[in-house]
Amino acid sequence: MSTLTTRHTLRSRALLAALALMLAFGFGVALAQDAAPAEMAETALAEPAPAPMAVAEPAAAAGEAALEPTVDKGDVTWMLVATLLVVMMAVPGLALFYGGLVRSKNMLSVLMQVMTVFSLIVILWSVYGYSLAFVGGNAWIGSFDALFLKGITPDSLAPTFTDGVMIPELIFVAFQSTFAGLTCALIVGAFAERMKFSAVLMFAVIWFTLCYLPIAHMVWASGGYLFEKGALDFAGGTVVHINAGVAGLVAAYMVGKRLGYGREQLAPHNLVLTMVGASLLWVGWFGFNAGSNLEANGGTALAFINTLMATAAAVVSWSAAEALLRGKASMLGGASGAVAGLVAITPACGSVGVMGAIMIGVIAGPACFWGVTGLKHLLGVDDTADVFGVHGLGGIIGALLTGVFAAPSLGGGGAEDFSIASQLLIQAEAVVITIVWSGVVAFVALYLIRLLIGLRVSDDEQREGLDLTAHGESAYN
Amino acid sequence: MKLITAIIRPFKLDEVREALSQAGVSGITITEVKGFGRQKGHTELYRGAEYVVDFLPKVKIETAVAEGLVDVVIEAISQVARTGKTGDGKIFVTPIDQVIRIRTGESGADAV
Repeated sequence: MSTLTTRHTLRSRALLAALALMLAFGFGVALAQDAAPAEMAETALAEPAPAPMAVAEPAAAAGEAALEPTVDKGDVTWMLVATLLVVMMAVPGLALFYGGLVRSKNMLSVLMQVMTVFSLIVILWSVYGYSLAFVGGNAWIGSFDALFLKGITPDSLAPTFTDGVMIPELIFVAFQSTFAGLTCALIVGAFAERMKFSAVLMFAVIWFTLCYLPIAHMVWASGGYLFEKGALDFAGGTVVHINAGVAGLVAAYMVGKRLGYGREQLAPHNLVLTMVGASLLWVGWFGFNAGSNLEANGGTALAFINTLMATAAAVVSWSAAEALLRGKASMLGGASGAVAGLVAITPACGSVGVMGAIMIGVIAGPACFWGVTGLKHLLGVDDTADVFGVHGLGGIIGALLTGVFAAPSLGGGGAEDFSIASQLLIQAEAVVITIVWSGVVAFVALYLIRLLIGLRVSDDEQREGLDLTAHGESAYN
Repeated sequence: MKLITAIIRPFKLDEVREALSQAGVSGITITEVKGFGRQKGHTELYRGAEYVVDFLPKVKIETAVAEGLVDVVIEAISQVARTGKTGDGKIFVTPIDQVIRIRTGESGADAV
């Protein structure tokens, strides 16, 4: 046998063996999980509650056993649907949004990176992510108590914001898994068209483990450092968008600019698909934002309508800014405006009033327009899909404005003694912690990966296109 | 026999085709091409990244005609394809060594 054949045979055998091992392991764990359902349900109830808090009400204490836990089929149905919507946001929403922005020779590589990263991360979420983010632990990270979802059965319940109202814990796990998957998939857009597929996956796993999980725990788990401080992040302005935006910026910087950046034609190959992707993102985002209320009631309706209004406002305001400053409003601008509005309202949707949501959208549009033009030139980084300009900057603006528009005087849901100044400080702390943590983890992870396997494909591979060189396929024949 | 190659504006194709039929030309080949002469391109803007597009879409018409028809054909194309603005196109006339009709094997003037 030639050396090439030997290498391939060895590699296939190794992969088969690894697959067989994983399947055997999975089966073993699944079998172990089925033991003792009823007992575990009780434990899950008393478990410290996950989930973001509405502004005014304090968390339901573990001692409030007076209320009989109820599970409403309407709540459960809504959460199932919301989870579905977030899956759709990732595949194909985000995939198409990013895909249309790159050149046709790299279309499949973007679709593949989004789909694979999403899939890989949701699996890891089930294995250890949920446990480390939401189960037990201290102010910074959870525990391994629910490793492999140990102890969680179809009967296990998780709390909502309303005392006594519960949902099946499994749907909460699923819902949150899509958030983790989506966040990691978001980063892909920053370094599109030049990063090695293996490096992408390795980076996703490391960053998910060392950054997403701690931040999610700090912001959303009771006991979490920022949660206890009263930071408001309803659906993930910090946890998802600032997090991914900063990681994307650092990654784009470390991978380096695309070949020909600034000189050659790197124009989007299909803005029609980008618009389709942006629209799927908008529709799916109702699940992302309104689903973060964990039940179906007035609070959910508020998050829902805010997601509609803020986004619409940002579409209009971005387009207006572009028309004023560049002479023409573009479709890419409209689609980007929508995403900017969605990002900005994400942390705010549960705690601001509708007019506040509109204001957030109006501000986010032009601000993120600057983010993808002026700021982008300042930073000098080739962020292919403007992940930092839209998600990073939009997230920062949204997180800060949440502190403003949550004030009851501005129509928000804050308590009577709400102080904009003090809330802004808390929001700012959350923003800074997220930026620094994400930036440092991203930098170290990428540095290591670069040493181990390298980050960038060769110039020749870039010229030919990643679809052919990394995936052996052509998108358009 | 001569090969007449004309680069024209795409929207003029139907009119030119009509004019060529009336002039007695029996067959043409067209290709969609890109190019520029003195006509300027346009600028596209994607989220602040500017791209200058030099190449403009045109249509290339090729037709083989007998020597006697050359002037008539040039006149026909020019009249119909002209708008008076930069970018109307060009006509090239080149000699042909051989023409063969594949179906019958005829060559020369019979094949045109």
